Amino acid sequence: MKRYAPQIALIAVLAVSLGISMMSSQLDAYYLDIALNVGINIILAVSLNLVNGHTGQFSLGHAAFMAVGAYGASIFTLEAADQLIPMLGGPSTFATGVAFLIALLIGGLCAAFCGWLVGMPSLRLRGDYLAIVTLGFNEIVRVILQNTSGDGPFGGPLGLKGIPAHTSFFWVFAIAALCVYGVASMVNSTYGRGFLAVRDDEIAAGSMGINTTRYKVTAFVTGSFFAGLAGGLYAHLRTTISPEGFNFLKSFDIVVIVILGGMGSTAGVVLAAIVLTVLNEFLRDFEQYRMIVFSLLLIVMMIVRPQGLLPSLPFLKRKKA
Amino acid sequence: MSTGLELQDVTIQFGGLKAVSDLGFHVAPGELVGLIGPNGAGKTTVFNLITGVYTPTAGRIHFEGKPVPGRKPHEITRMGIARTFQNIRLFSSLSVFDNVRAAMMMHLKHGILHSLTRGPAFQEEEQSMEARALELLDIFGLADARDQDAKSLNYGDQRRLEIVRALATQPKLLLLDEPAAGMNPAEKDDLMKLIRFIKDRYQLAVLLVEHDMKVVMGICERIAVIEYGVKIAEGTPKEIQCHPKVIEAYLGVSAE
Amino acid sequence: MEQFLQQLLNGLFQGSIYALIALGYTMVYGVLRFINFAHGDVFMLGAFTALGLHKAFGPALASMPWPVSLILILLASMAICGALGIIIELLAYRPLRNRPRLNVLITAIGVSLFIEYTAQLFFGATQRPFPELIPRTPVASTGGLTISVAQVIVLATTITLLIGLRIVVMKTRMGLAMRALSLNPTASTLMGVNNSVVISFTFGLGSALAAAGGILYASLYPSIEPFMGIQPGLKAFVAAVLGGIGNIPGAALGGLIIGITETLVKGYGQHFGIPSGYSEAVAFVILILILVFKPSGILGKTEREKV
Repeated sequence: MKRYAPQIALIAVLAVSLGISMMSSQLDAYYLDIALNVGINIILAVSLNLVNGHTGQFSLGHAAFMAVGAYGASIFTLEAADQLIPMLGGPSTFATGVAFLIALLIGGLCAAFCGWLVGMPSLRLRGDYLAIVTLGFNEIVRVILQNTSGDGPFGGPLGLKGIPAHTSFFWVFAIAALCVYGVASMVNSTYGRGFLAVRDDEIAAGSMGINTTRYKVTAFVTGSFFAGLAGGLYAHLRTTISPEGFNFLKSFDIVVIVILGGMGSTAGVVLAAIVLTVLNEFLRDFEQYRMIVFSLLLIVMMIVRPQGLLPSLPFLKRKKA
Repeated sequence: MSTGLELQDVTIQFGGLKAVSDLGFHVAPGELVGLIGPNGAGKTTVFNLITGVYTPTAGRIHFEGKPVPGRKPHEITRMGIARTFQNIRLFSSLSVFDNVRAAMMMHLKHGILHSLTRGPAFQEEEQSMEARALELLDIFGLADARDQDAKSLNYGDQRRLEIVRALATQPKLLLLDEPAAGMNPAEKDDLMKLIRFIKDRYQLAVLLVEHDMKVVMGICERIAVIEYGVKIAEGTPKEIQCHPKVIEAYLGVSAE
Repeated sequence: MEQFLQQLLNGLFQGSIYALIALGYTMVYGVLRFINFAHGDVFMLGAFTALGLHKAFGPALASMPWPVSLILILLASMAICGALGIIIELLAYRPLRNRPRLNVLITAIGVSLFIEYTAQLFFGATQRPFPELIPRTPVASTGGLTISVAQVIVLATTITLLIGLRIVVMKTRMGLAMRALSLNPTASTLMGVNNSVVISFTFGLGSALAAAGGILYASLYPSIEPFMGIQPGLKAFVAAVLGGIGNIPGAALGGLIIGITETLVKGYGQHFGIPSGYSEAVAFVILILILVFKPSGILGKTEREKV
């Protein structure tokens, strides 16, 4: 039974989120909103951690993939969902659910495709070049979106409005759970040791028969896919999106979560996503100091404790079988 | 056409410097060949040429009749050539066990999707991997250290783990780059026995770069000597020991 | 045709500022092999320092002819920001010598954010007008071309600083030490080079050039804010990569290419179906193209990792 523990845990989390989701109307809207933000940030941080932490590459453009996912999913919902729902037997919870799932997947796949496009040429390069390329990609996405026509499907500089609020507790935490499960099982398998080998020593990894490019691209595309899903969830939660919302400061926010949580530690990053999201919410009045404190924390930590602020917790860690 | 490893007129040039020029030698299946030469003679460069880290400027390298240059390092490893590194390149943040596991990855039947579904076939394969990794670690006396971080091992153990990791790729040809460096005489003796043992047990051809003459002369069946990237002698340990050019290269004086 | 020449000239002025910033990236990369993300923020601080000095010594400066007050402000701001660059290196980067490059990169991001948000705290987030250190009057408008005094001064200052830097790097002992360090840090220590001093000097010099870039930029586009350094900083980095990172003439060349391409896209892009707003992204498209086709840049050398 023990060897199936990860699957059982996954199913349990899915069931609990469905339960909470069904009684969400009785929950305080403010705290529910924070919880949903936490979930979205978990998806973003855990997926970025696959690239930056486990595989040792350094992407600074995660928000760009989130943007691609957000726009992809929203455009599908706004333009095509109305035609799709009658085919699924008319308006019903089931039909809107399926339409939303398709929208999310389209967003995720668009983001994954962009990840592949950006990753193929740039992952041959060392980590710090990748940082600049992804940062550049972030800017390219923003500039392209801002220069679209205001009447067109992308909405120009003002972005998109009136996206239906499909995102619920269940959707967010089901995808967050799948993301954590997916990344953790990928990395912990024998196949997945390849990601860590690439991070530790790329030349040695190549000499051990590991196709380093394929691993890096796999990590990058998977990371982009989940960022795209997170973008779709975000768009259908906020109901409006604009190109400015996905600028590189958003990417930095996700990077900060990953670094403070400890690069390469899934549990640490999940914890950091929870703590920092909640903290951000309560420190809203001190917005101007928040980034100063975070940036100082980054600098001091790299000197004193580069492995991350949160201790590596025993759960989800490599089992000493 | 011999089956093992065959180098013909191999040359590599860095800028104006010919690090290796017109080098030719071969390693037959199951043979243990030594490659020696003074510091900077180009021994490690030869390894880098064979394993695809560098591409030769001219010449041919064949393994089992198939050309090697132009393939990526991981493809060459898949052909059956594995190596260790002179300046130890273990996966330092991984455990001893995981260093070996990472090197077995290319023989996996399961892929990324199986690691998500975690079905019975996946579980079974993970277990057989583990057994094989432990067997190899056991041969080199590292089984007890399996959960330690690779970087926490002492120098000699790190060198041994390099060999275990290379073996985990199931090679037909093993390239050892200074495996005895930094070991004491007793450890060196053990190492010589181990190299012979694994060679017989896994039917390996071995190409050995080593500074310690006692080790080289003690286990190699044939030795090639290079100086400034050029082969100056080749033969049995006995022939090499009294070869005038070799003596000159090592002692810097003419042997007359 | 005149319009084309005018665009080309505008690109030249813009590009010369990118070149100044790119030099700092390239020098620091040359000696330490890392991207100093905070470089664009020193550029911003240069402009704010000049603004501060102009306010503090306004009456005294007003009594001088403008070239004198400009040179005084320029030199003083360069000195202050140079010192700041040295302090940044000392506090944030020096403790990380010999640590993984990723850690240093993260620290650099931290330093960059820290400078931006601290500046925002002190100076506010709104745009501020930049004083007219250089008269913005047109100097020549022959044959349909207009060039302002500011543009001429920007180009002249850039060329002067470039020549000065070339002399420092090629003709002085410190320059020799910088070159030695960039080739091989261990060997340079063994040869009696004090690496720490050289690194401090490099940071100081690079930061001073960035400050000069900031003042010149603000003279062409006279409104400044705490985040003004990000875009020019990133583009200057691209310029450094384009020219071949670590290569000083390459950085200057890269700066000019980026500046001119950007202006041309802004001016003529719409004839080819490219909205002028896309000029903001031109540098990054160029970056991706170089990294695909010639990662070592135009004048750079390929580096091999020792195995």
